[in-house]
Amino acid sequence: MHAPAVSTNPASLDDLAVGESGVLSSIDLPEGDANRLMELGFLPGARITAARSAPGGDPRVFRVDGTEFALRRDTARKLRVEAGKEGAP
Amino acid sequence: MSGLHGCEGCPVAALPITGATPRLVALVGPPNSGKSTLFNRLTGLRQKVANFPGVTVEQRRGRARLEGNHREVVLIDLPGVYSLIPRSEDERVTRDVLAGEMAGTPKPDAVLLILDSTNLNRHLVLAAPVLSLGLPTLVVLNMADELADRGGAVDPEALATRLGVPVALVSASRGEGLEMVREFLSGAVGLPPSLDLPVLADIPKCRQWAVAMGDKAGYSQPAPPVWTRRLDAVFLHPVAGPLIFLAVVVAVFQTIFSAARPLMDAVDHAVSASGAWLSAVLPASALKSLLIEGVWGGVGSVVIFLPQILLLFLFIGLLEDSGYLARAALIADRTMRKAGLQGKSFLPLLSAYACAVPAVLAARTIENKRDRIATILIAPFMTCSARLPVYTLIIAAFLPERPLLGPFLGTRAAAMLGLYVLGFVAAFGTARLLKSSVLKSDGAPFLLEMPPYRRPTLRQIALRMYDRAKIFLRRAGTVILGVAVVLWILAHLPLSGGKMPEIANSVAGTIGRLIEPFVRPLGFDWRIGIGIVMSLAAREVIVGTLGTLYGMDPKAGSEGLQAALRHDLTPGGAVALLVFFAFAMQCLSTVAVVRRETGGWKWPAVQFAYMGLLAYSGAFIANRLVTLFLG
Repeated sequence: MHAPAVSTNPASLDDLAVGESGVLSSIDLPEGDANRLMELGFLPGARITAARSAPGGDPRVFRVDGTEFALRRDTARKLRVEAGKEGAP
Repeated sequence: MSGLHGCEGCPVAALPITGATPRLVALVGPPNSGKSTLFNRLTGLRQKVANFPGVTVEQRRGRARLEGNHREVVLIDLPGVYSLIPRSEDERVTRDVLAGEMAGTPKPDAVLLILDSTNLNRHLVLAAPVLSLGLPTLVVLNMADELADRGGAVDPEALATRLGVPVALVSASRGEGLEMVREFLSGAVGLPPSLDLPVLADIPKCRQWAVAMGDKAGYSQPAPPVWTRRLDAVFLHPVAGPLIFLAVVVAVFQTIFSAARPLMDAVDHAVSASGAWLSAVLPASALKSLLIEGVWGGVGSVVIFLPQILLLFLFIGLLEDSGYLARAALIADRTMRKAGLQGKSFLPLLSAYACAVPAVLAARTIENKRDRIATILIAPFMTCSARLPVYTLIIAAFLPERPLLGPFLGTRAAAMLGLYVLGFVAAFGTARLLKSSVLKSDGAPFLLEMPPYRRPTLRQIALRMYDRAKIFLRRAGTVILGVAVVLWILAHLPLSGGKMPEIANSVAGTIGRLIEPFVRPLGFDWRIGIGIVMSLAAREVIVGTLGTLYGMDPKAGSEGLQAALRHDLTPGGAVALLVFFAFAMQCLSTVAVVRRETGGWKWPAVQFAYMGLLAYSGAFIANRLVTLFLG
C-alpha cells in the first residue's frame, strides 16, 4: 500500500483529483455550516482524500478519518487545503 | 452487576424502584450509529410512533422486554444527532428531551449512548456533551462484528474506566452483547462522576479529547471496507452507475404496478365479496346501505392500496439498509438540483408514483427542513395510482386506439404518458417556484454520509413495513371512514316519504347543481360536479359515483359509462377533466398526512388551495384550447 498522491498545488478540496489528498487549512462558510462540517471530521489540519464522485462529476465524495461524505462542488470549493504539509492521517 | 464493564471506584447505584411510573431511558446517537436497530431489538413490536408536539420530528417510544423483571422500562428513540448544539430541529428536540424541557416528555432517568465502533474517533465526540448532562449513562459501542471483521479493536473496560460510565460492546443487528444493555435497563446504573470534559463549543478540542479517550482504550481503527470500495466502483461508475440507477427505478416501478396488481385485485375481491356477503345477510335498510356503500366501500378504496404500499416500503427498506439509497441520492442530486431540490428528495418523489401518503412519510429522511417541506408539497403532483382508473375511463371514452409509433406506442398509451409528464412538469415547476420564494434555500450545504454497504436484515425491514402500514391504515383509514360516512349521508338524504332519494335529488345532487355554474366554464355539467365533490375523499371514487349517476355498473358496464360520458361531455370538457385530476389535491388522506408531517394546518391548507387553483385554471385553459381547435 502506498500513500495517496499529494496534489501539486491545490487551493480547495475541489482541486483534488480522485485519489489525491490534502490537508484542510480553513473553511470559508458561515459558522454554523463550518461547525457542522467540523463535527463530521472536516477539521483544520485533517488529511482529506478525494474518493469517487457522482457519475456526472458533481457532487464529489471525500474521505476523512475512514468515513466518506458527499459534498457539492460549490461547497468543496469553500474548503481550502494546503499541499505538502503533514496532517493527521 | 457482573456483566457490566464498570469502572473501579466509580459511584454505582441501583435506581430506586418507584412502582407506578416506568423508567424512561433515552436512546441517543449520531445518524448511522445503528440506534434504531438497537431500539427495534429491545422493543420489538411494542413501539409507538408519534410526532413531538408542534414540531415535525418523529418520536418513537417502546417498552423494553426484560426477563425476570416485571418492571417496565420505556425507551424513547431520539433523532440522530452529531452534537447537542441545537442547530436543526432534530438537535433541538434531542437536547430539550435530555434537559427535561420538552413538553409532554418527562426528563429521562437514564441514557443509552449508541456509537458506531468502526467510527469511534468521530462518534465518541458526542460522549462529551451527553456525559456532561450528569444522567446515568451506558455507552453502547455498536457494530462490534464489523469492527472485528475489519481488524479493528477496542477495550470496553478501559474505555469505561476513562469515561467513568459502563461501556458495552454490541452488535445490534446480530443481537450480540445485548445482555449488558438489558442489565443496565433493569436498574444497575453507574452515575457519571464529574469528568474532565473539554469545552463543548470547541469542536477541535472535543475531537482531540475523543481521539485521546479512544487511544487510551486501545482503539485501533478498522481497515477500510474493501467491499464497499469495490461496489462503489460499480455503482458510481460513470457509465454503469446511471444505468444501474435506472434499472433500480424501473424495478421499483415494475413492482409497485405489475407485481402489486394481483395482490390489489385480491384485496379488491375480498372487500367486494365480504361486502356482498354482508349485503345478503343484512335486512334491507338505510343502515345497511350506509354500512355497505359508505363504510365498506370507503374503507375498501383505501385498503386496496395496502399491498402496493407494503411492497414500496419493502423496496425502501432494502435500498436504505443496504446503503444503496445514499448512492442513489448522490446520483440523483444533479437532476434534483435543477428543481431547487436535492438528492434525498428522489426517493419520496419516486414513492409518490404509487401514493402520495407513503411519499410524504418517506420525506422524513431529508434533514433540511425547507427541502423536506418543498418535497412534501410537490409529491401529490406525481401521478399516483388512484388517478389511473379516472385517466383510463376518460381516455378510453374519448380517444380511439390508433398506432402512433408502430406497435410500440398507441394513442391511448401516449395520452397516459402525457399525463405522467404533465404531473412531473407541475411538480418540478412548483418546486422551482417554492425554492426561489418562500422556501428559498438557507444556504446550508448538501451533506451526505456514504455508509458502508451492509446486508439488510429481514427483521428490520419487516418492522418498518409493519410500522408504516400501521400509520397508513390509521391515518388514511380513519379519514376515509369519516369522509365516506359524510358523503354517503350527502348522497342519500333527504328522505322523501321515508325513502332514500335518487342521487340527483340528494344533498350531493343539490350541491352538484349549485356548483354547476362554477364548473360550467371547465366544460363540466352537474354530474361531473357531484363526481368532483365525492372524489374529494379519494380520486378513484369519481368512477363509482359517475356509474351511480348514470345508473351503470362501472365494472360490468364500462362501455355503457363511456358512451354516457361521450354524450354529456365535450372533448374539451374531457381534456379539462383529465387536467383537473392531474393537478387537484383530491385526496383527504394526503391532507391528513401532510398536516401530521408538517406539524400544523398551514402547509396542507396552502397546498390544497394552490393545487385547487392550478387545477381550475389548468382545466379552464384546456377546455378553451381544445374547443377552439376542434371548433
